Amino acid sequence: MLKIRNLHAKIEGKEILRGIDLDVKAGEIHAIMGPNGSGKSTLASVLAGNEAFEVVEGSVEFNGKDLLDLSPEDRAREGFFLSFQYPVEIPGVSMTNFMRTALNEQKKYRGEAPLSASDFLKLMRDRKQLVDIDSDLTNRSVNEGFSGGEKKKNEIFQMAMLDPKLAILDETDSGLDIDALRIVANGVNKLRRPDNATILITHYQRLLDHIVPDFVHVLYKGKIVKSAGKELAYELEKNGYDWIKKEME
Amino acid sequence: MQLSEHDIALQRLFAENRELIEKDAAPEVNAAREGAMEAFSKLGIPSSKVEAYKYTNLQAWFKAGYTQAYGLNGATSEALKQFECNVHELDSYTLFTVNGKFVAGSNVEALPDGVEAGSFAELSKKHPELLKRYYGSLAKVEEDGFVALNTLFATDGIFIYVPKGKVVEKPIQVVNVLTGEQDLMVNQRNLIVVEEQAQARVLFCDHTMSMSRFVVNTVTEGHVAESAMLDFYNLQNQHNGTVQVGAYHFDQETRSLLNANYFTLHTGVARNNIFSRLGGPHAENHISGLYVIDKNQHVDNFSFINHAVPDCESNELFKGVMDDASTGAFTGRIFVAPDAQRTNAYQSNNNLLLTENAKMNTRPQLEIYADDVKCSHGATVGQLDEHAMFYLRARGISKEEANILLMYAFAYEVIEKIQVPALKEQIRELVEKRFRGELDKCDSCVVCGQLGTGRVKSE
Ligand SMILES: Nc1ncnc2c1ncn2[C@@H]1O[C@H](COP(=O)(O)OP(=O)(O)OP(=O)(O)O)[C@@H](O)[C@H]1O
Ligand SMILES: [Mg+2]
Repeated sequence: MLKIRNLHAKIEGKEILRGIDLDVKAGEIHAIMGPNGSGKSTLASVLAGNEAFEVVEGSVEFNGKDLLDLSPEDRAREGFFLSFQYPVEIPGVSMTNFMRTALNEQKKYRGEAPLSASDFLKLMRDRKQLVDIDSDLTNRSVNEGFSGGEKKKNEIFQMAMLDPKLAILDETDSGLDIDALRIVANGVNKLRRPDNATILITHYQRLLDHIVPDFVHVLYKGKIVKSAGKELAYELEKNGYDWIKKEME
Repeated sequence: MQLSEHDIALQRLFAENRELIEKDAAPEVNAAREGAMEAFSKLGIPSSKVEAYKYTNLQAWFKAGYTQAYGLNGATSEALKQFECNVHELDSYTLFTVNGKFVAGSNVEALPDGVEAGSFAELSKKHPELLKRYYGSLAKVEEDGFVALNTLFATDGIFIYVPKGKVVEKPIQVVNVLTGEQDLMVNQRNLIVVEEQAQARVLFCDHTMSMSRFVVNTVTEGHVAESAMLDFYNLQNQHNGTVQVGAYHFDQETRSLLNANYFTLHTGVARNNIFSRLGGPHAENHISGLYVIDKNQHVDNFSFINHAVPDCESNELFKGVMDDASTGAFTGRIFVAPDAQRTNAYQSNNNLLLTENAKMNTRPQLEIYADDVKCSHGATVGQLDEHAMFYLRARGISKEEANILLMYAFAYEVIEKIQVPALKEQIRELVEKRFRGELDKCDSCVVCGQLGTGRVKSE
């Protein structure tokens, strides 16, 4: 589904990603861990098409298409989804209007008819339940005045609405209380199908108790320096990153 | 001040046509021309050297060479039929003016008893006592050359009178149409009187219906008496060959409420002079505006809020979305008189510039002579938020659609100020159409069903 080869990216002249290789197949769950500032969010942003970053080398194939060649909106329409580490507040754009526009533009791209008003509302209701999001939140402007945890839940709600093929959740667990974490994790698990895949960026083993990854990768200084099964996350939880950093020197 | 050759030509034009101008006007209106003549001979049409007109030079437009709209200029009531049938989208009392003249055939029969809404020329003769009391009391000829010019040439316009205690729930919609084969100068005069405990909602829709060039100088005086309420809306949707100076002078008494909203969705050059005097304690006003302009359009909102007495509140919010090489200006004067204690005065002007060529001048001018005052003002000029832009696109929304969502999000605060729900919905739609670039192309205005026009080619 996703094939990243030797990906290098810079921002303001500084090279942040320095040769990433990663393969994600349908049905898989990958976790990416790594110290602060190692480039995890940068990788997610580059994949989503944030033009602030410049790709200097490498390739990304997404379901047979050259992902880097697509506009951000076309990436989303091809089934790519990023749950932002820092979701943006957009006063004046209602959640409902936002979701209706996004969903219908995606449908149009795929040559499907737009949802009727009542079908759309039904879908909203259904997906709200899935992530147990307060009804009141979807009546407000996008993320405006949402608490940290509410913003994260809202990302998963959007994911549930848009039903992507590949989702990258960038620290969606940070800021969630214990119950919310369980609810969000359950939501992600329920959305799981043999034909979609998820990449979890996280600092904590805790999330991985709920959503069990097939692979755990460590990103360090812009490279994936270690990949293993879910046991790697336990090891990191116990011993931190020092031993990996040492191995690198 | 030295008068320009055009000022002198305008004076001559008045002298030559005085008989025609005065023929059907009320004696008070004619009497006021004396003072106007004197004032105009001192002021002329203000150039951009006049501080208040620094950002908008109108001298070049107000030439005597334009035909004056003394009558309907050939617009027959037949010709107006085409839009009358389109006007029923807003449940309102509807009045029309063509080139500044009231046109019969409006649906105002059902107005509450005693409430008047109709021709200024006629009603000013019917109500000499109101005219004596109010005409020219707020829009003073000696303070602005445009008021002097208007007072010289004024013959007709709209007169609205809501007597004590009367509540007019449905909006009174005034459709001001500019039309005809000839380029025209129009001096329209309006008077709105809302007496004690009375309420009115008034909407002015300004439109162009033919491709001629129009130079418009409108003066509206609005009196809001004790515990009265006036909701005033001005919707400007004119072609780019229009130059309009609109003066709106309001006076408020004790515990009165004024909401005044200015939507400039399309025009050539627009200058709004918005004056509001809070003259009785606990009077409150909310004055807002939204201008959405592109190409070479120019909008200048000049406002003067006068806190003459203690315990009043004013709220001012003007927002602009400016594309291409459009230019704009905002001046927000707030005056707080020496004994006007416990004044609350808030003002902000925010602008979204979509290109590097769009230019905005914004200046707050605060003159505060009382010490117990809460006053805030702020002005911003910025671009669309690129983080928000990326967030929307990352969900599959195209750049164009994201642009529209964000422009609308910027503007919506002003739309929220509209107090009449049906009108709010229609203006919301209209603004969205404007952002989609469909307004000057589209065939009608959703508020009053006006046919649109194409573009007038620039000179
Ligand atoms: N807009 C930017 N301008 C300059 N430097 C940036 C910018 N964005 C990211 N960086 C830098 O790139 C590096 C990687 O940042 P990134 O956000 O990808 O880290 P991360 O692995 O997600 O960290 P965290 O675990 O703290 O979220 C950091 O050193 C950061 O300061
Ligand atoms: Mg990060």
